[in-house]
Amino acid sequence: MNHFPEAWGRPRDDVYGAYNPSYLQTTGPKAHTSSPAVTGTSVLGVKFNGGVVLATDNLASYGSLARFTDVKRLRIFGSNAIVGFGGDVSDMQYIDRLLESIDIRENYSHNGNMLNAKNLHTYLSKVFYKRRSEFNPLWNHVLVAGYDAEGEPFLSSADLLGTTFSAPHLATGFGAHLAVPILRRLFPEEMPLEEVSKEAAIDALKQCLKVLYYRDARSMDKYSIAVITKEGIEIKEDEVIEGQSWAFAERVKGYGAQTK
Amino acid sequence: MFRNNYDNDAVTFSPQGRIFQVEYAQEAVKQGSVVVGLVNKTHVVLVGLKRNAEELSSYQKKIIEIDSHMAIAIAGLASDARVLSNFMKQQSLGSKMTYGRPIPLDRIVNQIGDRAQTNTQHYGKRPYGVGLLVAGVDEAGPHLFEFQPSGLTHEMVACAIGARSQMARTYLERNLDKFPDSSRDELITHGLRALKETLSQDKELTVDNTSVGVVGLAPEGSKGRIESFKLYEGQETVPLLEALERADGAAEESMEVDS
Repeated sequence: MNHFPEAWGRPRDDVYGAYNPSYLQTTGPKAHTSSPAVTGTSVLGVKFNGGVVLATDNLASYGSLARFTDVKRLRIFGSNAIVGFGGDVSDMQYIDRLLESIDIRENYSHNGNMLNAKNLHTYLSKVFYKRRSEFNPLWNHVLVAGYDAEGEPFLSSADLLGTTFSAPHLATGFGAHLAVPILRRLFPEEMPLEEVSKEAAIDALKQCLKVLYYRDARSMDKYSIAVITKEGIEIKEDEVIEGQSWAFAERVKGYGAQTK
Repeated sequence: MFRNNYDNDAVTFSPQGRIFQVEYAQEAVKQGSVVVGLVNKTHVVLVGLKRNAEELSSYQKKIIEIDSHMAIAIAGLASDARVLSNFMKQQSLGSKMTYGRPIPLDRIVNQIGDRAQTNTQHYGKRPYGVGLLVAGVDEAGPHLFEFQPSGLTHEMVACAIGARSQMARTYLERNLDKFPDSSRDELITHGLRALKETLSQDKELTVDNTSVGVVGLAPEGSKGRIESFKLYEGQETVPLLEALERADGAAEESMEVDS
């Protein structure tokens, strides 16, 4: 996913040449659901010793317009999983309703047979895959955080195609380009999970959010952050990126209204 | 001549508030050969007495594996049980596919309960003529459920259904307090003894007519959380029947000492 909605889901012009519109039918199937409208940008997640932390900013963009500035893109499922949504916001709300109804159904079972984060992630990936197979995709890229059946911290992603991916730290959207290298530097592959503290994980995400705010034009400085540990879920939804320094911006040249 | 006017379909109540078709279905369960189920803290055991229609035919299967964590024992119309077990297998597979989780016992038992109930409320339908014992393990540990043609389901600590099952139930009730702390093997022996109680004078448990199924939590320190369902039939039942004989022999000896 790049940040030009009109290009999403189409062959890239720079690779395949401009699309010949004469091939397009003037009437055809309903297509407005196959591209996103109001979108959220990156979701970031890091596993630490004993839990997982997830963060997103609170912005929902309409194209390049910062349209809604208090959209909570982290959703808590039951008491044991968090889902972070990137991509289309209305599809997020639809999935949220699905999750709500599953949660209600699950709670009828009173003897502790609750879905864990891993089960939830499997379910979401099947929903995404079914919808992409119907050519009516849910335009999201989600991170699911929580615990697996063995009680180990769990963090995995699922995207609009039903592709799943798991790693000790993950980021969707622009974050996959900007945050993942930072996280890889902070928590190298050979570093065991036991050495990653909760505080280090939270600090790392705050640092990534700041970098994303500097460089991702679809991001903002208000964010949500959720920490899941064995004690429960701790979520803060009205945080502000602190310690910003835009001094570097002066030296950035070569685009926009700037001519020299 | 007396004729019951209220048993032509399963949707009509009698003036006494009974639904005769459902009661007749429950009679079908009593015609089936006996199956016994019992639970301790870690395992569930199903034992069944298999019948053969004639000397030269094979024995009718009594215990059906649904999934690696669950099995059913049947008493009544075996063909109706096949419909239910196929449904349960599908649901079980569906849960593994969409959630990556073995289906919880209470969930699937509720589903077959609901299915059976709709059969008692629609014109032109008939109730299932089979009773089930559903045994398995889930997040909450081992479970045993009884399912009746009426759609009624109960969670049980021990249960017996089928022909002459009253004798087995009496045994289970008398020994109820021994089950929770018994070992896996002791639980099987209790099950077989309850089954033996139901036999008529001229019958005995043999490798041909005995079926034993066990599923439970894996012992501490082993690989998975679950000890997958294991069905013992034919020669595999020999050690189990021998254990029963040994236990009974010991009991008789001690009784002789007493007298």
